[in-house]
Amino acid sequence: MKSNDLILQTSTRVVFFIIFLFSIHIFFAGHYTPGGGFVGGLLMASAIVLLLLAYDFKTVKEVLPFNYLGMTAIGMLIALTTAAGSLVFNVPFFTHWYDYFDFPLLGKTSIHTAMFFDIGVYLVVVGITLTIIEMIGGDS
Amino acid sequence: MMLVLTISLVLFTCAIFVALYRIIVGPSMPDRVVALDMIGVNLISLVAVFSIVLHTHAYLEVILIVGILAFISTVGIARFIERGEIVEHEHDD
Repeated sequence: MKSNDLILQTSTRVVFFIIFLFSIHIFFAGHYTPGGGFVGGLLMASAIVLLLLAYDFKTVKEVLPFNYLGMTAIGMLIALTTAAGSLVFNVPFFTHWYDYFDFPLLGKTSIHTAMFFDIGVYLVVVGITLTIIEMIGGDS
Repeated sequence: MMLVLTISLVLFTCAIFVALYRIIVGPSMPDRVVALDMIGVNLISLVAVFSIVLHTHAYLEVILIVGILAFISTVGIARFIERGEIVEHEHDD
């Protein structure tokens, strides 16, 4: 059957980037307000699911050539390394640390080790969600 | 002002129950999909009115997330009904 989803494909090209930016906003807003790595990762995964709905596996694989299982492993490594890094400084596991830095464009900004842990969570959520979707919806 | 907001909250809740009736009884599958989308839209409006009542903007991100998820789920179920498969392996055009 010949498919004709011009409206969906055209709107997806715009909506994908809106959802992507919103996921990054949610990721950084998670520091003081609701949000964080988990919700941001789920939003990113839903944006890629929208791409999969509008196009197909082959096109999305060409546009985003990621190995999602490897992405999960890298995210897990980042999260656990950040958590275990506190053991080097002789403080309990998962102890966090922050300091203020002056950046040229952003001004005075606080860098928090919990953010690196959240990057790991983000990568794990995106990777494992898309691995499951590829396994369920992929070719049999 | 408060009276108007309360009346609108009650009416949005009634609309959600009407859509729920359509989901349970609905004779065909497209009826249920449209009713699910209607519940999403009414939920968004309900959250917006609530954030006016409570004088806060903490819930505005809920509106965006529910909107995105309702849109994607409606598109997914519509594709499933029309084609029988949600994600194609390769486009045929």
